[in-house]
This record gives sequence, structure tokens and C-alpha cells, in this order.
Amino acid sequence: MSSIADPVAGTPLSDAKASDAKAAAAAAPAIAFPMAGERELRLDLFRGMALWLIFIDHLPTNILTWFTIRNYGFSDATEIFIFISGYTAAFVYGRAMLEAGFVVATARIMRRVWQIYVAHVFLFTIFLAEISYVATRFENPLYSEEMGIMDFLKQPDVTIIQALLLRFRPVNMDVLPLYIVLMLFLPVILWLLKWRADIGLALSVLLYVLTWQFDWYLTAYPSGFWIFNPFAWQLLFVFGAWCALGGAARMSRILSSPVTMWICIVYLSFAFFVTLTWHIPQLSFLMPKRLEQWMYPITKTDLDVLRFAHFLALAALTVRFLPRDWSGLKSRWLRPLILCGQHSLEIFCLGVFLAFAGHFVLAEVGGGALMHALISLAGILIMWGVAWVISWYKHSADKGASKTKKPVINADLAGGSV
Amino acid sequence: MRPRFGAVLALMLLAGLAATGSARAQEATPPTCEVPGYLLSTEGTLPKVAEAVKNARPLTVLVVGSRSSTIAASEASAYPAKLQAALKEKLPSIPVNLSVELQNGKTAEEVDHSLVKLVEAKSPTLVIWQTGTVDAMRSVDPDDFRTAIDDGVAALQNAGVDVVLVNLQYSPRTETMISAPPYLDNMRVVAQQHGVPLFDRFAIMRHWNDAGDFDLFSTFHGTDMAKRVHACLGRALSKFVLDAARLDQAQQN
Repeated sequence: MSSIADPVAGTPLSDAKASDAKAAAAAAPAIAFPMAGERELRLDLFRGMALWLIFIDHLPTNILTWFTIRNYGFSDATEIFIFISGYTAAFVYGRAMLEAGFVVATARIMRRVWQIYVAHVFLFTIFLAEISYVATRFENPLYSEEMGIMDFLKQPDVTIIQALLLRFRPVNMDVLPLYIVLMLFLPVILWLLKWRADIGLALSVLLYVLTWQFDWYLTAYPSGFWIFNPFAWQLLFVFGAWCALGGAARMSRILSSPVTMWICIVYLSFAFFVTLTWHIPQLSFLMPKRLEQWMYPITKTDLDVLRFAHFLALAALTVRFLPRDWSGLKSRWLRPLILCGQHSLEIFCLGVFLAFAGHFVLAEVGGGALMHALISLAGILIMWGVAWVISWYKHSADKGASKTKKPVINADLAGGSV
Repeated sequence: MRPRFGAVLALMLLAGLAATGSARAQEATPPTCEVPGYLLSTEGTLPKVAEAVKNARPLTVLVVGSRSSTIAASEASAYPAKLQAALKEKLPSIPVNLSVELQNGKTAEEVDHSLVKLVEAKSPTLVIWQTGTVDAMRSVDPDDFRTAIDDGVAALQNAGVDVVLVNLQYSPRTETMISAPPYLDNMRVVAQQHGVPLFDRFAIMRHWNDAGDFDLFSTFHGTDMAKRVHACLGRALSKFVLDAARLDQAQQN
């Protein structure tokens, strides 16, 4: 199996955790694009971090929520996640396309799509179980209106079919459908990028612009639209793929320039100040009215360009200040994050499930700030534990049994998908 | 490097626990459902209300809302009635009339059509428009939602009445099913653009839940807690209205 778990080289991104950034600040910028040898741990690290942050953001607000990046800028963990997914998927399947051809690579991608789809349906089943239970037990008259949302349980014939069609998605279950659609188009994206990388990226930008211009979206059931508009979010995915297929290397001059660094720093500070005015409304008098009118709303559905820029700035600074050979990446303190990042599909699904479970515990056992914090911590520990078990399976339990079996390529192994 | 990172992590967690610890300590005090000042401050104004009060004319309030503006079978305990009582108490010199128009199950766009007619029928000084819940439940396109409240607020302002927007309830039990943030954001934007005060019911209720005034997660059966929450909302809303009309100093002595 080790033959597949090889180098995912390249640019990762960040989350600007202050401690990491400071620790790495002394190091020289390492924006090279080394090809051989070992796995790109930065990708695993930041994907693991994104998985933790997504889990925390899916829980009701609690003390740990203040450690998530969405409180300090425009973009959040979803951007990190989709970008790394595009990057790693392009890396793994791009090579498959080169070695085995378009048809075989497409077949492998479709198998991956199927896995993600099954995972999504599995999560939906758990969600249905939780909701049905809550619906029959919860009768607070304060929320009689909100409980009307449970009415969908009265017509399972429609609801379940719409869920299988990915049109009915409960809250917090929007990332996997987006990922399924993006992966479905990965063969075309890869083919385009291999043919002319810059034209592929340009087409992606064009689709993004047209989406904004003409307000394209996918409808959902019973009404509304996809929370993550695939026509807009593909930009991040394709950009990740473009970086993986050599774009990152070509950008290294730009990334290492001090001008870029200062632009990023200024923009991140601006975003930080703006988000500060959301949390401390007393400061909002400092915001010019015209700026507010031009800037708001910063939509997540259509991947607002301010969010995209915020992500780019974070990524650029991370690549600059966190070299790929930073010794901390091997530290056992970061091991839990990296482990989670290496098994992203499983850990992502687990995170969604744990968020449901957390809500359930809060509802049935009781709330309170301490309970909230405990649930968040317990969830993270469980994610770590399961990631450890999965990697034990891959490295030990499965080894003896399937020595003859050919290694299966999937995106997880190379720093994978979702 | 390694030990230092670990120490930082441990410190962060400790700080977190300490913070929750102190939050617990505060919860021990009996619930007063106080609302921190910043949740009630607004840049929006209510000139018509201020004028009516200053000229000692009757204040007529119209509440347009959905089912969360009432409590089934005990309407007199719902926040509109409590608001009226509080306004009467704070403005003893003038009559305060209040009527409620429930638009159950209607989105903002559907309510739009009847807003002006309602204003013509009731000729209120102030319209309190509670909206967003139905739209969030039906996951109406947030852009369409914004257009709808934008049109509605503009129509009300053209009709010559003051407007207060009231957003969604904080409902932790349905958080996994109803996505409130896009609707909260859009209401904030529209309120800002029109200079209309927004009563942030969501943030206020969340504050009460966090501070331990109410356990909004509880599976409480019966109307007792609903009545207490509405009483607190009505009181907070009356303070909010008077603040927005800049009547506080003049009238409260």
C-alpha cells in the first residue's frame, strides 16, 4: 500500500493558527515543489484541522467555537477543505490518467463518487433516526412554529427519494453533495487541465463569473437551492487541481515576493477588523456606510469573492511561513490532526454524525456551557481515536490478509478526498 | 518546539475551561432575563413614534408576524400583549393600542402583498414585522428573501409608518434542520439600508440560553416557559422601541 501513499507535493493552506505561524516565522520561505519521497504532511495537517473546525462549527456555539477561523475572517474551514480536496484528487487521479488513460481514471473516480454517495446516504439515515426521535418527544410550545420543519416526516415517500437525488439535504449535510458533484466532473476538469492548464482555470473562472452574473443555481427540495452552489464553489476545487498539476510551482515567484506577503497581511487584517465589528457591535460605527453597502452580504452559498480572496491570502502566508520540511510536522502533538486529515472521508462523516449526536446529548441530557465544551472535546478525541484505528487497519490488520491484493487507489491514501 | 506547542495547547484549553467555569458561576444567580445593552442598541430611528409621544397622540402599534409571535391558547401572555402592557406603563400619559395580525405559514414575499392593506386598515404609527422563520423553514432563496423584506420595508415607509424588524427565534433543538444565518444576515442588511431598527430576537434568546436564564434546549411540555420567555421578550422589545425613538430620557421620569 505504501506505493500509493506517496508524495502529494505542493501548496497547502492554512488557518493561520497564530502559534503555528509564529513558530514557523523564522524559517525560510519554502515554496519549492519537490516531487519525490514523502507524503505532503501539510495537506494532511490542514485538512485534519479543517475537519475539526467543521465539526466544532456544526455544534451549537460554545467556547471552542472561538478557536475556529470563521470568527477571525471571511473564509472558514469549508474553503480549506474543498481546496485540498481538489488538490489531492487532481494529484491522485491526474497521475492515474497519465499512466492508465482517461477511461481507467474516470472509472476510478466514479468508484470514489459512489463511495461518497453511499456515505452521504448513510449519514442521512442516521439523521432521519435522530429527527424522528426528537420529533416525537419535543413539544415545547415556544417552538411550535419551528417544529413544523418535522412535517417532512409525514411524507417519507417524497422526502427519501428527494434525499437520494441529493435535493433534500438537512442542515450540515451540504458538503458531501457538493463534493459528489465536483468529483463527478473531475474527469473533464483533469482532461482540460492536462490539455491546457491555464485555459482550464480560465474556464472555471468564467463559469464562476457567469454564475454571479446570471444567478445560476441548483434547486433543492422542498424549495430553495443548494447551500453550496457547485457552479461557484468549483472555482476553489479547480484552483486546487490546477495548483496540484504544476500551478503551485509556477506561482512560487509570486508567492515568495514580499509585495504579495504585505498585500495578504493587509487584507487579512482588514478582514479581521470587519469580523470584529460583527462580534462587538459597539465598533460598527467605525465602518463606513458605503463600504458596508458594497461589501454585504458576504455570501457563502456563491463563494463570495471576498471569501475566496481571504482564503488565498491565508494560503499564501501559510505556504510562505510553514515550510514543507518543518520539523513540527513530525511532532506527536500534531499527529492527531495529521491522522484525521489522512482519512478524511471517514472522519468527515464521523464528524457530521458526532455533531448530530452532540445536539442529541445536549437536548436529552441538558445544556450548559461546560457540557457544550465537553462534547466538543469528546468529539475531537473520538475523531482522533477512530482515525488511529483506521490507520491501524490499513497498516496492520489488512496487511496480512490481502498481501496478494493489488493496492486500490483512492484519494484518501494520497492525502485524499473530501 | 514540541513541548512549547503542547504547552500552548494546554493553556488554551485551560483558559477555555476557566472561562466556562466562571460562566457556570454566574448561572447560579436567579434568572433575570436581562439583555446586555449592545443587543438593544440600534442606529435606526422611529421618528413617527417619537412625534406621536411628544404630541401626546395615541400610539398605535401593529404586529405582523407568524406563529412565533403568539402562544397557542394564551395569546394574552405572548410578547405583543406584554409589549403593550410595558409601553402603557412607560407612557402613562397616552393611549397605547396594539393589534396583532398573524400570517401563519407565509413567507416574507407572501406577507408583502397584505402589508399595505393592513396599514390602510389599521393606520398604525409603528409596524413591528416579525419574519424570517417561515422563509428559513422553506429555505427560500436568501436573495429572494432580501428582496421581499426590502420591498416590504420600503412599502411600509412609503405608507408613512415606522418599522421595527424582528428576526427569528433562537431554537437550538431545530438547529440541525433550520439554517437561520442567511436569513438573519439579510434582515440585518435590509434594516441597515433602510435605517430601520432590528430587534435581534435570535441573539437575545441565545444570550439568555448561554447565561442560564432559560434552558431553551429543554423538552419542557406545557406553556409555562413559553410564557416567561415571551414576557421577557415583550419587556425587552418595549425598551428597544423607546430607545430607538430616543424617548428614554424624556419619558421615564
